[in-house]
Amino acid sequence: MSEGKVFLIFQDTAEARPFINALEQENPKASFDYQPGMVRIEAMGELGMTREVVCEQAGRDVDLQELHLTLISLSGNIEEDDDYFRVVRH
Amino acid sequence: MAKKLNMRKRYELLTRGLGWEPTYQAKEKVFSNESYEGIKITDWSKWEDPFRLTADAYWKYQAEKDKKLYAVMDSFAQNNAHLNLSDGSYVNALKLFIQGVSPLEYQAHRGFARLARQFSGEGAQIACQMQSIDELRHAQTQIHTISHYNKHFNGMHDPFHMHDRVWYLSVPKSYFDDAKSAGPFEFITSVSFAFEYVLTNLLFVPFMSGAAFNGDMATVTFGFSAQSDESRHMTLGLEIIKFLVEQHEDNLPIIQGWIDKHFWRAYRVLGLVSMMQDYMLPESPMSWKEAWDIYFVENSGALFNDLARYGLRMPKHHEVATAEAEHLSHQVWGIFYNYIHAAAFNIGLPTEAKMNWLSEKYPNTFDKYYRPRIEMWREMEAQGKRFFNMGLPQLCQVCQIPMGFTEVSKNDPMQIAYRVSEFNGEKFHTCSDGCKDIFDHEPEKYVHAWLPVHQIFQGNCGGAEIPDILNWYHFKPEDGGDYKGSADEARWKAMKGEASPATSQSNAAA
Repeated sequence: MSEGKVFLIFQDTAEARPFINALEQENPKASFDYQPGMVRIEAMGELGMTREVVCEQAGRDVDLQELHLTLISLSGNIEEDDDYFRVVRH
Repeated sequence: MAKKLNMRKRYELLTRGLGWEPTYQAKEKVFSNESYEGIKITDWSKWEDPFRLTADAYWKYQAEKDKKLYAVMDSFAQNNAHLNLSDGSYVNALKLFIQGVSPLEYQAHRGFARLARQFSGEGAQIACQMQSIDELRHAQTQIHTISHYNKHFNGMHDPFHMHDRVWYLSVPKSYFDDAKSAGPFEFITSVSFAFEYVLTNLLFVPFMSGAAFNGDMATVTFGFSAQSDESRHMTLGLEIIKFLVEQHEDNLPIIQGWIDKHFWRAYRVLGLVSMMQDYMLPESPMSWKEAWDIYFVENSGALFNDLARYGLRMPKHHEVATAEAEHLSHQVWGIFYNYIHAAAFNIGLPTEAKMNWLSEKYPNTFDKYYRPRIEMWREMEAQGKRFFNMGLPQLCQVCQIPMGFTEVSKNDPMQIAYRVSEFNGEKFHTCSDGCKDIFDHEPEKYVHAWLPVHQIFQGNCGGAEIPDILNWYHFKPEDGGDYKGSADEARWKAMKGEASPATSQSNAAA
């Protein structure tokens, strides 16, 4: 894994909140840049979330693919399964 | 009870094994576009989908996105929310968007439909089918959203007609025509990788954030709704590049050549975006230069580091584009200041507050090169001598932008850059080394460019006088010119209950 930057950008909406909160909880070194209507979350090398934490944040059962509804952009290589979603640099 | 399959297994079952071997026609005849570009595919089954999104999930999420978007659009219209804009002049950015960008979405829809038909691998077929549908959705939702503004403002009444004819719209149109008239692998490298992966963040992210900043929630919603598909498209762009390079070593130089070419083509188109961002948004959340640094220098730097092990390098002339980042918006805006009487949107000289913002964002260039010119134009306007350029400009044979870019990367930013090539005993002019390289590589293609200025001189654009040409564009006389004193400004002031200058004068007289 190289030290290149990866990022995820979400809409700054209530619907995206569980994903944003999960990223905050699970990536202590990530930075959060709030701009009008959106938030850009950036980290070195890797950025990811697990379904367990997203469900906890949402207070309901969440399918991680629901992130398609509020994800604006990303940078990095995607790794995903039922239980996790992350972007990484190789 | 049967255990639920995991994502990978489920995905494989729902997306693979859907194809078949043709028996009564040769495969090369069924997929006739797949071989002529010299790209070699040995095993389509190695194709990896970026997101494991199956068709049922795709339809479910897309339906939900549309439902949300149309709810916002409805309430926007019901509440006359256009009155919450920071200023009426903001709408000019939307005019440029509907004239210049939305028709590209439709072209992308057609391009990906062709790919879905012409690629023989099922994984790639499905990804291209989904993208084709996405792009049609983008064109439709943009038209629906902006139709609300069309009820109140000028210049948005016939964008598709304009796109095919107008001088400044030939810039985005010719880029897409270039990609669409190429083979399927060049098209996907161009649109999915060079444009969507490397550069699209520069179009949508700052533009939509700018819309949010200026109170345009309808546009924010369609923009971010489209952009949520875009993250899927960008990733498709990255996967196709890796796939092609891994398939055969002969593919590498072809792909690198396309990346070089289409990076430069797409970058030139984004010159229009730089102007929207720095000059047309009444309130700008981020300058073009800042966006370029984040989304190109930093992000694409990391991307090409990843791609180095495939043998790919940064696109040729990327350092020129980075050097130009401090000049681009000022030069493009300057061109439009010259010719705004022949456009279907309004601009105007920046306010003092905007000038100070530009000085702050462009400390190395604005005060030195561009502020003096704006101050001179302001003085000329004050004397009633507003400068309009009544001649027709020389256009670059490749990007079709009037020759107005300077020798920034040669440390001579006051000298306009001219390049010339000869082909079949004729001279062809280009605006930069990037465009000249593209011309020289395929002169047979670019000698056919439909250059708006040449077409006007040849008598193919409605007549010899500017009003004839504007009529042929389907422009109305009140669509162009300066925002100050425009029909849109008067209408905006009336809607906001502010006295227009004419009314206050007559009040004073009374």
